[in-house]
Amino acid sequence: MSRRRDDYEQSWWKGFKEWVDGAVDPLASGIEIQIPEKEQRDKEMVHPGDFGQTQQSLYDGRGLWYFRRFYQVMSVFLCLSIIFVLLWTVSYLPAFGNAGNPDNNEVSARYIEQGLKETGAVNIVTGMILDYRAFDTFGESCVLFIASCCVLVLLRIDAEDKDAMAKGKSKKRMAEANDRIFEPKNDIILQKCACVLVPLILVFGIYIVLNGHLSPGGGFSGGAVLGSGLILYLNAFGFKKTERFFTEKVYRRVTLSALTFYCLAKSYSFFTGANHLESGIPLGTPGAILSSGLILPLNICVGMVVACTMYAFYTLFRKGGM
Amino acid sequence: MFAWIRFGTAGVFLVLGLFFETLAVFGVNRFRRTLNRMHGAAIGDTLGILFVILGLIVMRGFSMDSLKLFLVVAFFWIASPVSGHMISRLEAMTDKNMGELTVIHKEAGFQGQEGETK
Repeated sequence: MSRRRDDYEQSWWKGFKEWVDGAVDPLASGIEIQIPEKEQRDKEMVHPGDFGQTQQSLYDGRGLWYFRRFYQVMSVFLCLSIIFVLLWTVSYLPAFGNAGNPDNNEVSARYIEQGLKETGAVNIVTGMILDYRAFDTFGESCVLFIASCCVLVLLRIDAEDKDAMAKGKSKKRMAEANDRIFEPKNDIILQKCACVLVPLILVFGIYIVLNGHLSPGGGFSGGAVLGSGLILYLNAFGFKKTERFFTEKVYRRVTLSALTFYCLAKSYSFFTGANHLESGIPLGTPGAILSSGLILPLNICVGMVVACTMYAFYTLFRKGGM
Repeated sequence: MFAWIRFGTAGVFLVLGLFFETLAVFGVNRFRRTLNRMHGAAIGDTLGILFVILGLIVMRGFSMDSLKLFLVVAFFWIASPVSGHMISRLEAMTDKNMGELTVIHKEAGFQGQEGETK
């Protein structure tokens, strides 16, 4: 560790660090707090008895009855008017399957005619979202990552609190932990069932991810299946078993490396594509599992991000850590 | 002729499945106690799904799609009772009034019938 500066005690950095740690109250010297006299307080406070009386007088008259009737009528009216407006709009839409519709333009024609040749993906949808519009998909995966980061910031139990909980000191945390006492643990029926189902679910998820360019599916759906398989395993066998292979560190590394690889690979392919250079990525024969260039690795990246995000959400909401 | 028999069988299965699903919807929404409502939901998840998909299998004949539909049924029959078991276990552990008998009031005219407490 480097030597601290001599004027560290007065430095701006120390103040900032204390503010981040929550050691200083920025409002401590700024606000004047005046506690009113006791008589004044008694006069201004609403007593529970008064509230009951007010409520009674409110319920006595027919005002409330009229209000409820009015509310019912108006809610039905609102629903009907919204339905009417939406149906009215629908009647102005062009007919389904009409050749002159605005969506039937040169873009979709290009996708359908040239998609297989240019991307090598039999599944045109995958060819679109992971080749032509790969940048959009990259943004979606980043949104997932950012969402899980936000949940992490909001729900994570920090290490200090965890220690306190282990010693039974933090009352709030103890109360939360007591809330989970009733969760069924080590249920033999669930465990036997999970023994059968989890491998099948995981294999199915991997199949969906790897066949994204050949059949319906891809990174998002396959990743969701993988994540739910992990969650089922966690429910059956508890955190001790999953923590052997899935910790916060693993989550961070997997997500970050997947997103970085996606970004670099797609930047390269966009760069070469925009400058009409040879990218050197072979497209392979359409229909083979190792084909269509970058789509397969990108699908795997997206699948890993989605699976990790689902699992992380679940663990964060359940116990505030991974 | 054979096509009509097949269509009729599939239709009967589908209607039966829809009937069980309707029962499940009413059970979930009308019963008051957790375990009763779960019973309703489980009917929809097992019998309802079974008959609807059986109807589809009959309609489709012997093919790859039928095999996939059969796998869907198998998955539901493994997973749904287990999830029901987990929820009922949680309910049994947390509900304090679980062991209480339902009280049937004489004057309410529920004599000899099963009633529900509020």
